[in-house]
Amino acid sequence: MRFNLRFVSGRIAAQVALLPAMLIALTVFCGATGWTVWISLTNSRMLPNTNFIGLRQYGSLFANERWIVSVQNLALFGALFIVISLALGFLLAVLIDQRVRAEDLLRSMFLYPFSMSFIVTGLAWRWILDPTLGISKLAHDLGFEAIQFDWLVRQDRVIFTLLAAGVWHAAGLVMAIMLAGLRGIDQEIWKATRIEGIPAWRTYLFVVLPMLKGSFATATILMATSVVRLYDLSVAMTNGGPGIASEVPAKFVMDNLFERQNIGLATAAATSMLVTVVAVVAPLLYWQSRSAERAAR
Amino acid sequence: MLSKRYLLSCAAATVLGFATPAAAQTAEVIHWWTSGGESAAVKVFADQFTKAGGKWVDTAIAGGPNARTAAINRTIGGNPPTAMQFNTGKQFDELVEAGLLADVDAVAASQNWKAIVPPAILEAVTRNGHAYAVPVNIHGQNWFFYSTAAFAKAGATEPKNWDDLFVQLDKLKAAGLIPLAFGDQKNWERNMFNNVLAGVGGADGFVKLWGKRDQGFVKGPGFRKVAETYRRLKGYVDPGSPGRNWNDATTMVIQGKAGMQMMGDWAKGEFTAAGQTPGKEYGCTVVSDHGGGYVMGGDVFAFPKPKTADVAKAQTLLASTMMAPATQLEFAQKKGSIPSRTDLDVKSLDICAQKAVASVANKAAQIPANELLSPPALTGAVEDIISAFWNDNTMTTDAFVAKVSAALASQL
Repeated sequence: MRFNLRFVSGRIAAQVALLPAMLIALTVFCGATGWTVWISLTNSRMLPNTNFIGLRQYGSLFANERWIVSVQNLALFGALFIVISLALGFLLAVLIDQRVRAEDLLRSMFLYPFSMSFIVTGLAWRWILDPTLGISKLAHDLGFEAIQFDWLVRQDRVIFTLLAAGVWHAAGLVMAIMLAGLRGIDQEIWKATRIEGIPAWRTYLFVVLPMLKGSFATATILMATSVVRLYDLSVAMTNGGPGIASEVPAKFVMDNLFERQNIGLATAAATSMLVTVVAVVAPLLYWQSRSAERAAR
Repeated sequence: MLSKRYLLSCAAATVLGFATPAAAQTAEVIHWWTSGGESAAVKVFADQFTKAGGKWVDTAIAGGPNARTAAINRTIGGNPPTAMQFNTGKQFDELVEAGLLADVDAVAASQNWKAIVPPAILEAVTRNGHAYAVPVNIHGQNWFFYSTAAFAKAGATEPKNWDDLFVQLDKLKAAGLIPLAFGDQKNWERNMFNNVLAGVGGADGFVKLWGKRDQGFVKGPGFRKVAETYRRLKGYVDPGSPGRNWNDATTMVIQGKAGMQMMGDWAKGEFTAAGQTPGKEYGCTVVSDHGGGYVMGGDVFAFPKPKTADVAKAQTLLASTMMAPATQLEFAQKKGSIPSRTDLDVKSLDICAQKAVASVANKAAQIPANELLSPPALTGAVEDIISAFWNDNTMTTDAFVAKVSAALASQL
């Protein structure tokens, strides 16, 4: 009986201790989210107001070419960014896992880009890819006049320059996560496959890869969040240009929120982003928690 | 005229004298003038205000949108600055509607703004018959700046109209120069479009698009000609232009690598910083098919409703100081703009500014700038379309016209 009482009071104490954090989470996250959704149903311009106009902001949002281009860019960028970063990161991790010499140095080198902000990354890549400054000019100066690399200023290619910078930035982090996973694999498995005479590449592909599910899920969610908040890379590298070719949703929200004094449209865009994120990330999270549960069993 | 000016300065002196108590009146001013020339200009305000017995507290925030956001948030949050900067136009509309700004009618009346400020500028600070901001300057947005060295090399002459402009651009191109220096970012794409709109479409077309949102004009032949002329300019910029900053484009003209640049008169600051003078190393002109047309924008200061009588006095003192003749002239020299009052002797300004003053004196040539006519949301929506049209060579003029017309119609 006494044990039970202590157990109950302990639970109450824990809940009391959690209360402030929960209150903050509820008011700040849920409150602000709710407010954003509400404002998106009004005709607010510079200042928030309460003139309810239904879904008209969403109507003009999805009739807005720049928003559509932003969403398409994000979908293309996001899919390629996640797949390429995961593949490249895994490959790097496998290479480093071969007990190469100077492993520490290589690991730091690959992880190094991640220590830079997207603003710095974007600026550096902008200079590298600028047709009048960067590699294109270098090639010309060296006498290779035929080399024309102008993807940064081409509407149909500019998104791939963002992709290059993004992958460069993120692949090292994926490598670190994958390497940690690889190092956690039981050595007995390697011994067993060696005895069976299975080649190393098949072991990686069909034995190790499925065991790294958790690492992949973690890396994917990390990548996915940086896709959704993609903003600074676009601002620093191209400022959304040429034209609207490298616009992204977060930039649409920010521009309309401040420069264009169009809070109603900005919150409609933000709400649309939230809905999309919930629709994409929720199943992923569910899958991850399920696989974690299974692993625990 | 002289006696009128004398009376005015008497009136100004009365206001100043009246508003100078023993204790200094403190004014915290939020503005975004942070570059070299700009901070020299804002120092004119600070010095004159100190001379008049005030105490200037400088809150400079780099970047117009950032400074405006900070000022608006503080005003809504109940901790307003004494004065805050906006661009002449509609940026502070909702602050007036929400009753957050104090009017400056007293200063406007005592300095007789009605007689001395160009109507479009006065209208831009007036809401419901009350003046809510001090228009401190007028910036011309549709200038052409050209390198005299590059022009000499190519045998080009100052363009007289838009047809002639293309003749000169061709000469520059033939001489192996970059004909048109361009910092290709969205807002400058719009600014260039507006330059064409003012020059080819005229003051009338300019107001019809941005002010009246006139569907008839947008679908008519005049607007098509503007769009086609704009598109034609693309053949004269260099491949490095996308993403370039406007002042880097100005540097290309300064160095004589490029023939000319379309930019507002703030570009003069770059020439001055490089030790060049207008009329010698570089020239300036406004190109129009309609006998002139000067796109007038500028800056204003608005005053949040004061919480104490002291703040109110500081605001009145600041407002009248900013519009005082000596302040206006000195400020315009430093800023590269022209005074917002037309009753001053402008011999001390450079020749570009003198050309501007002459243009503004002709009422038919006054064109209110984009931001005076349309709210930022509409401007932004059309800007996106202009940008797409400039960058996407496959977009037809028909598609462009249809999109602009839809954007004008769909704004909430």
